[in-house]
Amino acid sequence: MIARLGPPLAMALLAGPIVAGIAGTLLPAFGFLPALGHSTLSVDPFYTLLAEPGLARSLVSGLGAGLASTMLALGAVMLFVAGWIDEPVFQRLRRGLSPLLAVPHAAAAFGFAFLVAPSGFLARLVSPELTGWLAPPDVLIVNDPMGLALIAGLAVKETPFLFLMTLAALPQTPAGPSRLLAAALGYGRVAGFLHTVWPSLYRQIRLPVFAVIAFSTSVVDVAVILGPTTPPPLAVRLVQWMNDPDLAMRFKASAGALLQLGVSAFAIFAWIGLERLAGAVARALCGSGFRLRRDAALRLIGVATMAAFAATVFAGLFVLALWSVAGLWQFPDSLPDRFTLAGWSDVLPRLADPLLRSIGVGAAATAAALALAVPALMREDETGAPMGRRARLLIYLPLLVPQIAFLFGLQTAILAAGLTPSAPLLVAVHLVFVLPYVFLSLSDPWRAFDRRYEAVAFGLGRSRTRMLLTVKLPMLAPALATAAAVGFAVSIGLYLPTLLIGAGRLPTVTTEAVALAAGGNRRVIGVWALMQATLPAAGFVIAAMLSRLVYRGGPGRT
Amino acid sequence: MLKIAAALIAVLAASTAAFAADPDPANWPAVLEDARGETVYFNAWAAPRTSMPTAWVGDEVEQRFGVKLVHVKLEDTATAVNSVLAEKTAGRTEDGKIDLIWINGENFSAMKRQGLLLAPGWAEKLPNYAYADVEGKPTLRSDFTIPVDGQESPWGMAKLVFFHDSARTKPEEMPKSIAELVAWANAHPGRFAYPQPPDFMGSTFLKQVLAESVADRAVLAKDASSVDASAVLAPVFATLDALNPNLWRAGKAFPKNYPALKQLLADNEADIIFAFNPAEASSAIAAGELPDTVRSFVFPGGTLANSHFVAVPFNASSKAGAFVVADFLLSPEAQARKQDPKIWGDPTVLAMAKLSAEDRARFDALDLGVATLAPDALGPAIGEPHPSWMTTLEAEWTRRYGVAN
Repeated sequence: MIARLGPPLAMALLAGPIVAGIAGTLLPAFGFLPALGHSTLSVDPFYTLLAEPGLARSLVSGLGAGLASTMLALGAVMLFVAGWIDEPVFQRLRRGLSPLLAVPHAAAAFGFAFLVAPSGFLARLVSPELTGWLAPPDVLIVNDPMGLALIAGLAVKETPFLFLMTLAALPQTPAGPSRLLAAALGYGRVAGFLHTVWPSLYRQIRLPVFAVIAFSTSVVDVAVILGPTTPPPLAVRLVQWMNDPDLAMRFKASAGALLQLGVSAFAIFAWIGLERLAGAVARALCGSGFRLRRDAALRLIGVATMAAFAATVFAGLFVLALWSVAGLWQFPDSLPDRFTLAGWSDVLPRLADPLLRSIGVGAAATAAALALAVPALMREDETGAPMGRRARLLIYLPLLVPQIAFLFGLQTAILAAGLTPSAPLLVAVHLVFVLPYVFLSLSDPWRAFDRRYEAVAFGLGRSRTRMLLTVKLPMLAPALATAAAVGFAVSIGLYLPTLLIGAGRLPTVTTEAVALAAGGNRRVIGVWALMQATLPAAGFVIAAMLSRLVYRGGPGRT
Repeated sequence: MLKIAAALIAVLAASTAAFAADPDPANWPAVLEDARGETVYFNAWAAPRTSMPTAWVGDEVEQRFGVKLVHVKLEDTATAVNSVLAEKTAGRTEDGKIDLIWINGENFSAMKRQGLLLAPGWAEKLPNYAYADVEGKPTLRSDFTIPVDGQESPWGMAKLVFFHDSARTKPEEMPKSIAELVAWANAHPGRFAYPQPPDFMGSTFLKQVLAESVADRAVLAKDASSVDASAVLAPVFATLDALNPNLWRAGKAFPKNYPALKQLLADNEADIIFAFNPAEASSAIAAGELPDTVRSFVFPGGTLANSHFVAVPFNASSKAGAFVVADFLLSPEAQARKQDPKIWGDPTVLAMAKLSAEDRARFDALDLGVATLAPDALGPAIGEPHPSWMTTLEAEWTRRYGVAN
């Protein structure tokens, strides 16, 4: 019964807010907003939008950054997995990269900026000894018009996500036998993997790749920190227009939100075109017997890129930590003149309320997501059919639709329904984003579960419920704990949904971090970004301890 | 018949009850009684040093008047304006989410125009308004040329002040006008920057250029759409065109806001920066953000000045509580505390001559800090232009420099 309700309920919870939100964006985009005295439909907002100077540049920089960063991240993952899958370094980097998934985007972006800017930590380390710089060079590294810093920052942050998605899909591919066969036919490791395993592997991670494209073409917080500013990418300008005191700008912003939806959709279509192209090239290479036997250099590039990406995030966090305790720290000093806890003592008294809310909302949304995902998966067990393509697409919907395209509308819709911002409402909106991640990280281990254990339990006369409670769920405890930690991390990192739905009355660690970061003080940014990064990490540690507690030894989840 | 009459009476009673619910600050004891037990949601931009004074204000109003103050930190004041608008859109005419907003200029003008503010008059009836320096500070009644009409209560003053590091640059070499600044930048390319408009510090710089470029400042009190704006703005952009290639990063990127600009001075990426609070440099030195060799200077011909206020939305849930907080913010005690550079350093809106000797002593006791100019050394004040000029300037600026790369 519960299992039967699971899938439709989950779908209504995922699609409902998006549909309501897009409607709330669509109406003002066509000039309909009665409170401002506009109650007739028109296309004027689109004319004002198109007359906006530099619009084409904003479109191109968002689109380019999204596609280029996805390509970089996927390329790094592909080369690394292809070249190193059986080596010890693979497991070591796997352990090193997993925690990076939990580092919120804004924190990672600040760390990156503090590292590579002309006045950043790297320049300070080598100045003036190696460079002779007493003042930072007047060169444009962060916020460059080409968006190179933005591309790099996004690639670094998306790589762990794509890597973990790839790892989850690997067991479902014939990786072992295929690679042996390719090796026997004289193919190099990289070429052998790419010809035999990659096509089926890529099919499994295609939707996550699309989610990355949708996210990085419409990202706001990272683009504000690292992206071009003259002009900024479209999504950043949308938030500026939405926040403009001239309230008539809302029409243009709504029209722009629809345009953003189109840009992200276009990026995905462009990517599908690239997929075709890459497929054709690969087939041609395969047919021509291109074996790439000497691929040591290529493999080295793969492992070096992955290691550099991981090192960048960790070094960024280290620099954030340094700034959080820095007194006066002038260029080109490698370390601050003195250290002070003033930043921390200023923040700590104000931390309790947002901290507790972050934890409470994250835990509630994660619990609700698990309570929906488990019955949906049980339903699959009963019917014996894995979810269809459409259902899979629906699960990914909140990740594929740019947040900005439906959140503004959702805010208006919630107000029109007479609801006040409250913790339960915030949990409900977080659930929209948490559920897909929880479902995705749980479904693979769930489906890989050896169902002969179930048969044995039934054979011993256990009921379905007893079997679930005493056999299946305990054996899947590590997977459940990991899914919960992923969900919690997602909830902690949510910025735009929390800001808009909480209407400023329900601050979390993340909204406080970005609001105070707007103040631009590096010490304050350091403290809050570290706090923001610590919470999800704590979630993963607790998950690891819990799963060990529930389930000791025995066969693993796969 | 009787039923209709009963219904009518009920409706009447309900509507008078609604009127009675709007407290009248002229009857202050009633306001205080009404306010007890209320929670006031104060939406204020999270400026670097505002959280400390508001935390203290929160403790005090809770202890003295039983009003709980919650500081909702904003990235941008416009968020709060939009929030009230969204409530009006949804038909929520009472029990609004915001009770008090820190506001001035363009945002005030927008809220006033859209009818999002509490009816006029309340602010001048607050008991502590009697000490406000309405004679000496005309900006208390005319906010960016928009009549205040008692719809917002004054909190503090702002004055444009420039800073340099005397360890690197000599005070006598600092420019004394925008024209001299352009010449200085030409001689020192890459060492001056201003935040990217529409950040309000960036727009403030544009308005300073505007004020020094027009032949007759009277035109700036008019709505920009009622005059030949492009003719007025032509000399402004001639100046900015000359400045742009000599800016930090050759004008291809701009610092995001004032704190980012301040970081440029600390990092030795810029030699001249500016702020809207005369005490800002001293506060930054005390906080270890700038070296103690930083000093202030102003233009002898005057720099931009304005006031900032707190306003109550038309649908606030705790209007009496909001009045109590607004009045407490105006009290000599809170104003003196706010002017202490160790706390915030924001100049007072009160007239020293109107205060009791005891209250005046609170201000006399303040140590303004090594980098702060004395009140009489701040130079002439140039009033803010009509908000429409800022909008026009920002739009044209964006077209020329904001999308140029």
